[in-house]
Amino acid sequence: MALPKHTELHYRIWHYFYLFICGSVFFFLIAPLFVIFPLSFNAEEFLSFSDGMKSLDPDAFSLRWYKDMIYGTKNPWGLAAKNSFIIAIFATIGSVLLGTVAALGLSSRHMPYKGIIMAILISPMIVPLIISGVAIFFFMAKSGLAATHTGIVLAHIILGTPFVVITVTATLSGFDHSVTRAAASLGSNPVNTFMKITLPLILPGVISGGLFAFVTSFDEVVVVLFLAGLENTTIPIQMWTGLREQLSPTILAVATCLIILSTLILVTAELLRRRSERLRGINR
Amino acid sequence: MSSETNQILTTDGIPLEVSLKKAERRNKIKAFLLVAPLLLFLIITYVFPIGDMLMRSVDDKMVTEMLPKTFKAMEKWDGKELPEEEVFAAFHEDFIKLVKEKREGKLSTQLNYTKNGFKSIIKKLRRKSKSFEEGNYKEQIMAVHKRWADVEYWKAIKRRAPAITGQKYLKGMDMYKNESGEIVSVEEDRRIHRILWLRTLEIAFFVTLFCFLMAYPIAHLLATLPMKYSNLLMICVLLPFWTSLLVRTASWMILLQQQGVVNDFFVWIGLVADNARPEMMYNKTGTYVAMTQILLPFMVLPLYSVMKTISPSLMRAGKSLGGTPIVAFWKVYFPLTIPGIGAGCLLCFILAIGYYITPALVGGASGTLISNQIAFHMKSTLDWSFASAMGLMLLAGVLAIYWVYNKLVGIDNIKLG
Repeated sequence: MALPKHTELHYRIWHYFYLFICGSVFFFLIAPLFVIFPLSFNAEEFLSFSDGMKSLDPDAFSLRWYKDMIYGTKNPWGLAAKNSFIIAIFATIGSVLLGTVAALGLSSRHMPYKGIIMAILISPMIVPLIISGVAIFFFMAKSGLAATHTGIVLAHIILGTPFVVITVTATLSGFDHSVTRAAASLGSNPVNTFMKITLPLILPGVISGGLFAFVTSFDEVVVVLFLAGLENTTIPIQMWTGLREQLSPTILAVATCLIILSTLILVTAELLRRRSERLRGINR
Repeated sequence: MSSETNQILTTDGIPLEVSLKKAERRNKIKAFLLVAPLLLFLIITYVFPIGDMLMRSVDDKMVTEMLPKTFKAMEKWDGKELPEEEVFAAFHEDFIKLVKEKREGKLSTQLNYTKNGFKSIIKKLRRKSKSFEEGNYKEQIMAVHKRWADVEYWKAIKRRAPAITGQKYLKGMDMYKNESGEIVSVEEDRRIHRILWLRTLEIAFFVTLFCFLMAYPIAHLLATLPMKYSNLLMICVLLPFWTSLLVRTASWMILLQQQGVVNDFFVWIGLVADNARPEMMYNKTGTYVAMTQILLPFMVLPLYSVMKTISPSLMRAGKSLGGTPIVAFWKVYFPLTIPGIGAGCLLCFILAIGYYITPALVGGASGTLISNQIAFHMKSTLDWSFASAMGLMLLAGVLAIYWVYNKLVGIDNIKLG
């Protein structure tokens, strides 16, 4: 964005002002995440920078909150992490299977009542979570699935499928259907065609939909708050309880781990998106 | 020419038209069968339960079932003078049955909702009814307490006859049906729900506005910078987008607390005195700041994807035709970004209007939204029918906005970054 030499002064000022605004907004977006890192290594029990930390005294930093997170006797983080991963993995598998198959049907030009069915399929994404939470709670309570892992997994499948449906439908929109016809004319059966031709081509879309479903489940708290019992506690529930009752630095240690996890997911998602766009021949 | 040439036949000897239709139908069924599992799953676990919420929100069967004979007898009553002996006899019969099942307490609670003063006279009736003689129940019941001889109380009972009621919806708007059946508002100082609805709209509106004002310049920068820089900056937008909502809320709690980093900074630059640190959390300020930062990526991404498609030569053309950069921007660039603005604003607004977690953690009492009230009734007061009614009112609002969104951008254009 270098300015040409002949630029008049007031445009020059305006330009730097604009860059300053943009910089401030980027700072506002990203800086809050970085406050958590140093504070999670605090040796004290406070959630603000101690004088020792400000003068970079090594004694002011420690790993005690990380130790507390892993070995703390009263800390439920181990159980919560286990539950969160189990629930998120099963919810992702369920969402990807149901969502991908449905997206295949939806992208067929023969699909009847496409508009209304699409509206139903993505409704869990549009409806405010609190309403979904109430409705799903009524269903789970009636069918005796409240406070069970199964109930929470089913709830997260409901919330995760819209993302899979949307990403896979988007991938299929650039899909050349003549390749499946070519496979069929060469004698391949539909299942074989799907596994050997369609799936490898739409895989980036499927995986990024799966990532969305995973993150949705892993980060979901509103619906779980209605459904979970003591045994089904998850990381978000523990964070929620911790933030409401007392802010302990252990939460910041957990939060740091979560930020690292989301960075990994972001990198994967970005790589997939670029690959998918390359495959679909979209140049940006 | 014979009829065969008019109809093209397939090798099987079936007319082509019939064969094509058959294939078409088979394809339709095939496509539908693929969608069916998910559709069925969602209808059972999601769409029906929302219908269940609707049933619960208007359900008022309790009193109807407790006094079946009374309401049957009341059908003939005109509701002006005191009812006939027949009604009293039926009420007595229902009441004795309730006492036997020890449910008269529930009845008194329910009737007390409709009109104050039922609790004591039902207690009294229970005691006296043990010594009732057969026949002439009207005299005997009226003798228990003077309120039983008051027609207003019988009218109140009759009002509970229908098995469905819109009362919860009225309550959600701080209204109720008075004795003569008119819909009126509650007293000024008790209108808590209207305040909440207005505050929800206000916060959603301003958060959307702030998001728009902040997102527009950076989306523009991202769309015009060379790829290698914009990709790097895009991470600043995408990392918060992928980070846990609770983590982001936690970081705002740390920043905004009284001994927090923001206050420290204000003291350091001398904006505020050390002993007069402003309260920035547990009020509206906290809700505004945290929600704006959390929803900002949802505004940047649709704006960016629209701006990316606008050719830079258009602005150059505008300038070369004599427009100042401001005129060129306003007349050429801005109108082209309107689809992105519409999408981003509506997405932000829909998300903000149903927000729950962040306001509950940083909002305090003055920064909570309608969702927090719904959760409160689900978990604390256990008034599930009221929670359902409020939820459905919110849903109706969201669907209306969504309908506009669909008209402007279309469902298919939802972008996920």
